[in-house]
Amino acid sequence: MATKNKMNGNSEDHSFEVPEIKIKYTKLFINGHFVDSVSGKTFETRDPRTGEVIARIAEGDKEDVDLAVKAAREAFDHGKWPRMSGYERGRILMKYAELIEENVEELAALDSVDAGKLFGAGKLIDIPSASHLLRYYAGAADKVHGETLKMSRELQGYTLKEPVGVAGLIIPWNYPTTMFFFKAAPALAAGCTLVVKPAEQTPLSALFYARLAKQAGIPDGVLNVITGFGPTAGAAVASHMDIDKVSFTGSTEVGRLVMEAAAKSNLKSVSLELGGKSPLIIFDDANVDMAVNLARMAIFTNKGEVCVAGSRVYVQEGIYDEFVKKAAESAKNWVVGDPFNPRVQQGPQVDKKQFERVLKYIESGTREGATLLTGGKPCGDKGYYIEPTIFIDVKDDMSIAQDEIFGPVMSLMKFKTIEEAIQKANNTRFGLAAGIVTKDLNIANRVSRSIRAGSIWINCYFAFDADCPFGGYKMSGFGKDMGLDALDKYLHTKSVVTPLYDSPWL
Amino acid sequence: MTLEVKFTKLFINGDFVDAISEKTFETRDPRTGDVIGRVAEGDKEDVDLAVKAARKAFDHGKWPRMSGYERGRIMMKYADLIDQQKEELAKLECLDAGKLLALTKVVDIEGSADMLRYYAGAADKIHGETLKMAGNLHGYTLREPIGVVGHIIPWNFPSLMFFSKVSPALAAGCTMIVKPAEQTPLTALYHAFLAKEAGIPDGVINVVTGFGSTAGASIASHMDIDMVSFTGSTAVGRKIMETAAKSNLKPVSLELGGKSPIIIFDDADIDMAVDLARTATFYNKGEACIAGSRVYVQEGIYDKFVTKVTESMKSWVVGDPFDPHVHQGPQVDKAQFEKVLSYIEHGKREGATLVTGGKPCGEKGYYIEPAIFTDVEEDMLIAKDEIFGPVMSLMKFKTIEEAIEKANNTKYGLAAGVVTKDLNIANRMSRSIRAGIIWINCYLIIDRGCPFGGFKMSGFGKDSGMHALEKYLQVKSVITPIFDSPWL
Repeated sequence: MATKNKMNGNSEDHSFEVPEIKIKYTKLFINGHFVDSVSGKTFETRDPRTGEVIARIAEGDKEDVDLAVKAAREAFDHGKWPRMSGYERGRILMKYAELIEENVEELAALDSVDAGKLFGAGKLIDIPSASHLLRYYAGAADKVHGETLKMSRELQGYTLKEPVGVAGLIIPWNYPTTMFFFKAAPALAAGCTLVVKPAEQTPLSALFYARLAKQAGIPDGVLNVITGFGPTAGAAVASHMDIDKVSFTGSTEVGRLVMEAAAKSNLKSVSLELGGKSPLIIFDDANVDMAVNLARMAIFTNKGEVCVAGSRVYVQEGIYDEFVKKAAESAKNWVVGDPFNPRVQQGPQVDKKQFERVLKYIESGTREGATLLTGGKPCGDKGYYIEPTIFIDVKDDMSIAQDEIFGPVMSLMKFKTIEEAIQKANNTRFGLAAGIVTKDLNIANRVSRSIRAGSIWINCYFAFDADCPFGGYKMSGFGKDMGLDALDKYLHTKSVVTPLYDSPWL
Repeated sequence: MTLEVKFTKLFINGDFVDAISEKTFETRDPRTGDVIGRVAEGDKEDVDLAVKAARKAFDHGKWPRMSGYERGRIMMKYADLIDQQKEELAKLECLDAGKLLALTKVVDIEGSADMLRYYAGAADKIHGETLKMAGNLHGYTLREPIGVVGHIIPWNFPSLMFFSKVSPALAAGCTMIVKPAEQTPLTALYHAFLAKEAGIPDGVINVVTGFGSTAGASIASHMDIDMVSFTGSTAVGRKIMETAAKSNLKPVSLELGGKSPIIIFDDADIDMAVDLARTATFYNKGEACIAGSRVYVQEGIYDKFVTKVTESMKSWVVGDPFDPHVHQGPQVDKAQFEKVLSYIEHGKREGATLVTGGKPCGEKGYYIEPAIFTDVEEDMLIAKDEIFGPVMSLMKFKTIEEAIEKANNTKYGLAAGVVTKDLNIANRMSRSIRAGIIWINCYLIIDRGCPFGGFKMSGFGKDSGMHALEKYLQVKSVITPIFDSPWL
């Protein structure tokens, strides 16, 4: 079945152009050079529009991570980068941001064929936001302040904030560019050296960013990229005895493994940005059309492959029926197809595994007794496309209401009172984000204070900003990306104390 | 001297109760090895009850919903009660841990009350920020209490450690379960009693005495504890972090071991340096994570230093910690006593020269003569491992580069001391040593306003200072679009 506006891989609409995609960089980037993995092994990366292999990429493992860490350690302990002024690091990072902008088409195309992400959104939002974030931290690099302390005796005390050393950054596949810079930008600004392990599903843009780093003047060894798999290369990073800190974004299950490995090895500090099951709460006084649009955007953007996806939508009973009707309509108008097509709003899921996982959840939704309002089926004959899906009559304990599906599946539920809304919103082990739609000041204040989540969006969603800290509560992890807070992950604080003699002032 | 041990049961939800199993364990006086008393032995079921109480107190009770000012008032009262009981508390702590009475009263007990007051005054100053967003958005952060916190406390500074963790957690609005070390449960239970007296609501502070592998492990693995703060050995710190990962991914902060260096330059005042090194290594019978156990002396003053420090040990008195003339009491228990002696044996076997001390002394209890080794090589066990006893490793250095290299040649990074009058040496050394606290011409200066916590395998997270609050807070960002506003 195909509604007139839905497209699939075999759509008749060929009016858009797919840019020619050359895969320039396929090797590990260690100490300023692209090299094969020590084992010589490579792995394939596939285009989720068709399932076909795009390219073979060097497969890094423990020995390659060891080489990268050696280079990063040398660059940190003896190289220029940490010993430059923050201003000088900032200048180089500004240049890096410029180079990213000069290559925006090519980079966006890489993320589209690697991850099924919308080409237009990549060019307009993802890639420019990454360069914006780089500039944000470039401007912060010379503003990393410690403090002088007011001690209780005749002592001079101050704190120095120093780069923590060699940082391991483990990047997920849903926003390959955004996540790369969420982590690399503050780490670089802080003066750390890095070993980046991009997701195996999406290695392409990371290697391009490595090339641009060198072009920008980032010294050899400061930024290293090891493509490969989680249980090999990722695990080697988490358990490395000479990596000082690991920053991880990904699933809760793997987050556990990373933290355990860090504990078992050298007790490196970790920060984890994990899954979510974020609620969107829509009150009776909301403008229904605005709320419907917001809810649609909150769950179907990036094919639902977003940690902060608003996958649980609670609508107050006064507007529930109208909302359901309009939501179903709006989902039917949501265009699924080739992400290079500027008319398309939803590309394919990132790979076969995710595709099958989402379909399984949809099936369990029906089995557990929820009502499928719209969508629910795969579409197209090739690739990993799924129709935007809405369930109603969802109970809080169903797996589609509790588990993170990471796909275009909305669970739509009704509530009566504000107390009920708060209780349901918090009825999850996660705590990443939440949305509130209301015009009422007091409802907005009360509900934002009551929900246990790291980001509360009032009358908006996905409102990310370079200056705004982002990170979860509860089992969504700990540690912040973005904002000045994110620098703290890559710094440690040293206290320096000297006695004061014969001084009239403390 | 007889001391009545008033509180020996678990403190859960405002009441002293037996362990569910009704088991008890003994705590001993390290001056003699004799049993002081029996204390309730908490295990998983007791931790569960404590967490239930703390969860209720957090989710539905007054404490987190009071203003910071009101919490501060109650904490000030708590501090006053501690001051009022300082004699009894100091005696109890000394009996349990072999600490010096005179010092404990001032440094540990009064220090605890002062720590409480510091955070009482901070409780109404927990600020978030408004943000400068790049679009038409109003954004701000709120700093909220993280929830139910587990504190796992070591035995070397039982009261100070109790309050360095409990005070900021209380100020932040958290509720908590404290698991004191099995070697030193006594003052913790008294502090629980005083908390109630001060008006801290039931369920906010709970104390479960017991062992690490049972009660402690239950806290680290509990699915309903939001954060664990641990001070103790590196080996146990690992287990805590692993367990936290395996359970509910609670964030942890760890303050672990150290092998802190003191670097004494040629221009130092030798007498002052000798005094500093002696205190740094032997204070609290060497049972301090920050003990300056590796002493590097520049060659120009090395020989004189060795002579003087050896001489200075003659006036260092080991004996009953209740005696005001004593400088060093007994090691905390038999296990520690034997561990230290075995390290001393190692030092001798590995070829270091024992210039003074090193033998057990007295016929009862766990007393050890303070030991100084010279001719210590960097790779010897006594130079690498944390001994946690009165053992100094004395080494020579030539150049400042050598000093920096040797200072950093350790998996730890807790503290370091630098003794010099030269401004440039002081600045360079403090910038170069990878440790969380650098003391210049002083040592063991713990100030409640100064962040304290290690680098590398000494852990992560800070105690003391405003930084310590961060462990017990979470940051929430709240964003709303702005319409028709002329200003961002």
